[in-house]
Amino acid sequence: MINRNDPEIGKKVLQKLAGLADQAARELGRPPVLMEICGTHTVAVSRSGIRSLLKDCLVLKSGPGCPVCVTDQSDIDRIILLSRQPGVVIATFGDMLRVPGTYSSLEQERARQAKAEIFYSPLEAVDFAEKYPGEQVVFLGIGFETTTPAIALSIRQARKQGLPNYSVFSINKVVPPVMKVLLSDSELGVDGFILPGHVCTITGRKAFDFISAEYNKPAVIAGFEPVDVLEAVCLLLKQIIERQARTVNGYTRLVQEEGNKKAREIMNQIFDPADVYWRGFGLVEGSGLKINRDYADYDASLRFPVEIDTVSSQSNFGCACGDVLKGKINPGDCPLFAKRCTPLWPVGPCMVSSEGACAAYYQYELS
Amino acid sequence: MQGKHDIVLLSHGDGGLLTHRLLEKYFLPFFKNEILESLTDAACFLVQPGRMAVTTDSFVVDPIFFPGGDLGKLAVCGTINDLAVSGAKPSYLAASFILEEGFALSELERIIESMSLACKEADVQVVTGDTKVVGRGQADKVYITTTGIGYVLPEANLAYFRIKPGDAVLVNGPLGEHGLAIMLQRESLGLENKVFSDCAPLNKLIEPLLKRFPGIKFMRDLTRGGLATTAKEIALASGLDIWFDETSLPIGKTVKGITELLGLDPLYLANEGKFLAIVEAREAEGVLSYLKNDCRAKEACIIGEIGPGRGDVCLKTALGGARKLNMLASSPLPRIC
Repeated sequence: MINRNDPEIGKKVLQKLAGLADQAARELGRPPVLMEICGTHTVAVSRSGIRSLLKDCLVLKSGPGCPVCVTDQSDIDRIILLSRQPGVVIATFGDMLRVPGTYSSLEQERARQAKAEIFYSPLEAVDFAEKYPGEQVVFLGIGFETTTPAIALSIRQARKQGLPNYSVFSINKVVPPVMKVLLSDSELGVDGFILPGHVCTITGRKAFDFISAEYNKPAVIAGFEPVDVLEAVCLLLKQIIERQARTVNGYTRLVQEEGNKKAREIMNQIFDPADVYWRGFGLVEGSGLKINRDYADYDASLRFPVEIDTVSSQSNFGCACGDVLKGKINPGDCPLFAKRCTPLWPVGPCMVSSEGACAAYYQYELS
Repeated sequence: MQGKHDIVLLSHGDGGLLTHRLLEKYFLPFFKNEILESLTDAACFLVQPGRMAVTTDSFVVDPIFFPGGDLGKLAVCGTINDLAVSGAKPSYLAASFILEEGFALSELERIIESMSLACKEADVQVVTGDTKVVGRGQADKVYITTTGIGYVLPEANLAYFRIKPGDAVLVNGPLGEHGLAIMLQRESLGLENKVFSDCAPLNKLIEPLLKRFPGIKFMRDLTRGGLATTAKEIALASGLDIWFDETSLPIGKTVKGITELLGLDPLYLANEGKFLAIVEAREAEGVLSYLKNDCRAKEACIIGEIGPGRGDVCLKTALGGARKLNMLASSPLPRIC
């Protein structure tokens, strides 16, 4: 098997890519515009310097691929209120800690009084709940199809162990519905999509067939090594040149046609689809995952109902994260970028999450 | 089972009999030297003419024992290395201990022994110190503050203003080991003991280097924030850009593998036995081969150069692209999807 991190192979693919990009630009009458819709891709592309290498021959945009970033302001505010409930310990992946809500962040709440613990895996949070029966452990269920099965497992595990002090606040989401919203946007102007390899290991290639079948756009599932991304770009450019639109699996070493059925079964056992709000996109039909009736005792939103002021939750202090997530602007086009909004004092979540587009551009891109 | 004499009691800090016992049984035997043994309120010693350097640092690492070292070794090496990269030859240390009531005396002994071994290796002496005990829960086991004093080598001429475009940037070995070793030990991911801290005193390596190579213009140890953060500080202070070559950066195979798995960047992980040196270009190869001949710096390498600019740190990626290295806003976090 070839080393997909091998810079020599990468350089060869780059040469091929430059030629294809030229051809595609001639075909389109302008440089091709591609979008990656996975935060891990956003970071991989910036870290390996691919964005700087491609900037002269094509436009590479970032889409709604970072689960922290797409979390609606109202959900962040709910989490803040949740952390103020007596006896509650918020259990979370690290990235959520610093995301600013309308008035506060978990990090600030923790410094005052709230309890928040960082975990790498939801099952660790279950162990924590078992160890501290006096605490109400609320896990922040965040993530796309990749993360959700483990969260579903944690709920199953908590029931198996009969733990009365573990629950999940689910803001989990699935990717295909928001892709449809994105594709229906007449102003989008994207010629092809680099699809999220990790998400597709669960959903399977087929789940994204609609991009080419219904919207006539090329799409390629890509892995995360530099060579993976470059090859995916080549496959997209070829489709643009040949005026084709197919959803191609460029990550065959991990992604299968049908995906991971078992993981989806576990998800479906615990969660039902729900209409939920996305930052920048508003209400997206069937894009959220709500804990179903059978497991309602583990639903933190029922166990600790909190009321937020939905009017004030809409305010975002001039932050353009919504437009960044839709690929309408680049992070650098936001007037707050690197001025009022920096990783140290983030205004929007895209500057906080390690996989957020603003954070990646701030951290890695040469100005 | 632990008896009442096996753990730190509040009375160990009250200045009475138990304080004396603690001193005589645990501290004095390991830190044997004439100045300390005079047991006066302050250490007194003769000085030489010239410039002196002084630095202080507090050490609160959790866990206190980790692969490759412990809090004691760290407390000695950290302070010695701050002196060494400032061009000083460390001579004496002051060590101050804050102990938590209930802390095992056997662990305290291990820490003190480890400090004494590091002192021997670095040829420095602990000449004064202090211990305080706080109630259970008011501190975490043990905190150590060390203050170091040393003479600035007359040959050392290290200053930001000497850095110029074209200078070479060197490091003395692989990056990210200490930070990762601590993190793995702390997070119990089942990867404990895969990576060892590089914690080591650097003065014996740096002193001959500075005496021999006047073209060394600046040095820093690569502790908290790792190479990237330190480089950014240097770039900002000098107003110049630093360009690293990704293919030249020394990162061990295990560190590379585990950091990739956890979504961490080894360039931001702390080191406790690594320094960065900025060297006049024509002396760079000489410094490199001198370092490589020392068994403590076999994997030293030239990792980049200084360029004109405005305080950016840039990385030439293996693919031939470029990207910035910035300071991190918070501690490195794991990826979430």
